[in-house]
Amino acid sequence: MAMLSNSDTLSVTSDRRARLTRDAVGVLVILALGVAGYVLFPNNLALLTRITAIALLVLSLDLVTGYCGVATLGHAALFGAGAYGAGIAAAHFGITDPVAMLAVGIIAGSIAGLISGVVVLRAHGLPQLVLSIAIIHLAHEAANKASGWTGGSDGLSGIMPDAVFGVWQFDLWGRTAYVFGIVLLVVTFVLLRQIVRSPFGMLCRGIRQDPVRIRAMGGSVHGTLIRMYIISGAVAGAGGALNAISTQVVGLDSLSFTLSAEALVMLVLGGTGSLYGALLGTVTFLWFEDVVSAANPFHWLTIVGALLIAVVLFAPKGLYGSLAAYFERRGRKNP
Amino acid sequence: MQTVFSIGVDALAYGMVLFVISIGLSVTMGLMRVVNLAHGAFAMIGGYIASYAARDLGLAYAVAVMLAVAGTILIAIPIERLLYRRIYGQPELTQVLMTIGITFCIIGIANYVFGPTLKTIPTPETLREPVSLGFRTVSSHRLFVIACGAAVALGLWYFIERTAFGVKLRAAVDNAAMAAALGVRTQVVYAVSFAVAVGLAAFGGVVGAELLPIEPYYALRYMVTFLVVVSVGGAGSIPGALAACLLLGAIDTTGRYLMPEFGEFFFYLAVIAIVWLFPRGLAGRAK
Repeated sequence: MAMLSNSDTLSVTSDRRARLTRDAVGVLVILALGVAGYVLFPNNLALLTRITAIALLVLSLDLVTGYCGVATLGHAALFGAGAYGAGIAAAHFGITDPVAMLAVGIIAGSIAGLISGVVVLRAHGLPQLVLSIAIIHLAHEAANKASGWTGGSDGLSGIMPDAVFGVWQFDLWGRTAYVFGIVLLVVTFVLLRQIVRSPFGMLCRGIRQDPVRIRAMGGSVHGTLIRMYIISGAVAGAGGALNAISTQVVGLDSLSFTLSAEALVMLVLGGTGSLYGALLGTVTFLWFEDVVSAANPFHWLTIVGALLIAVVLFAPKGLYGSLAAYFERRGRKNP
Repeated sequence: MQTVFSIGVDALAYGMVLFVISIGLSVTMGLMRVVNLAHGAFAMIGGYIASYAARDLGLAYAVAVMLAVAGTILIAIPIERLLYRRIYGQPELTQVLMTIGITFCIIGIANYVFGPTLKTIPTPETLREPVSLGFRTVSSHRLFVIACGAAVALGLWYFIERTAFGVKLRAAVDNAAMAAALGVRTQVVYAVSFAVAVGLAAFGGVVGAELLPIEPYYALRYMVTFLVVVSVGGAGSIPGALAACLLLGAIDTTGRYLMPEFGEFFFYLAVIAIVWLFPRGLAGRAK
């Protein structure tokens, strides 16, 4: 158990208070950044809302990859399920209340998480990776084929969300969508902090470090991972639903291999195994993408590739991990 | 009957192309334990070089093939020395990221240098004419591809099972540290196998260009196909890879012939089913 308790020791009151303070600081930082984004880039709220939605996807990938150690290249399937779930509910069934759409997205994402969890966790190593890639391609082909429901390659349009709680109408500048997204992100973040630090979250970390030992201790490796996959699906589904609500269109690109791979890049850029890392990575990557592809869309893929190689070579812990390690070293040098 | 026969020939040809390209991946993966997502990118580089040599420079097909193989190996050597060396023995996620980064880079560069259009590799006259088998006529190109696949399979079998180098290779696959302790220069074994793997990928990319057309997203589009072959066949196993290629080639070709509107749907469904049933591969060994 020594390896489990080095980062988090349970049941110490002062420690818990310190962690709650840290969480409060984290929430305040997200809110402050949200307000800063609103004030500084009033014409770019669509991009910021997209960042928020993708951040939910990357957080959900972090739950599976960072905390459980399952390498997957098919995580966009969960995001896409949420997006199409919310979109189809609005376009075909007239469920246009944004909160209800969000709920549909979360449920669709959880179901997709359950299915892909069951499939992906069947194998280990390379076959696992292949399964995850096959899932995302299969989902992509299926959505393309079922064009009566999904609009196929034209995308699903005709999503007209009502006002939030009947009060805040979605406006042309995307202000409501942005605030909706930030609130959703903060709520998710607080919930996930609780989950990853709960005994269940500890169990997941233990599985990543040594599944054999967890099994020897009497823990259910497979069951725990499946549960984490469902939670992850709910988070990704929320992100997809947010994307559907804010852009009012769902495209096949939300079920693409590229999105899955990019989400993984963002996570690794920020740092796996840390919710802050996931957020930092998403914001950095998408902001960078916006700047570079505005300058030269042609070289975007090359630059993503080079960035990825550079991160693997020079900052294997990601931005957040490297920063944290740096400050820890400094703190130790001059106390 | 005619349909069954042409599906059979096409499936066999497609399976052989898959085999030629992925067998190198299988061997290096069994040997170096690197999840190499960039393997398809090397096949694509080979295709581009051959296309440039045969179409733009007007060289003969055979010369273009040789140039493609040699050129791809030349490009791959520095990549191996500078980048792959650092990820041997690293966690899987690191390897995935590094190799996917390399793939993205190669796609971006290919797009920049050659443009986003499809590249054709002109084949010589003799390969364009249909050949009569007595009761049926088939495209001679298909026959050529099938023959190439068979030759590669036989050649590799001889190379690995019957030569001194093959003994060292198998020793290194089984236990690299022990082989090194017994005086096998594993670094040399690694380098040679990597070069052979990349060369075979380039060869397969050129020969199979009619079945898997050369374009910048080649590396991403067929990445999963090549990986599937390896994981279905079991890393490092030639018979496993051959069986996997023929099986997957048959499924994919049949799906395309009979239900073209479903695209690759059945292929991926079959992949999931096969990996589900054989998580360690058809000929895989327990870790």
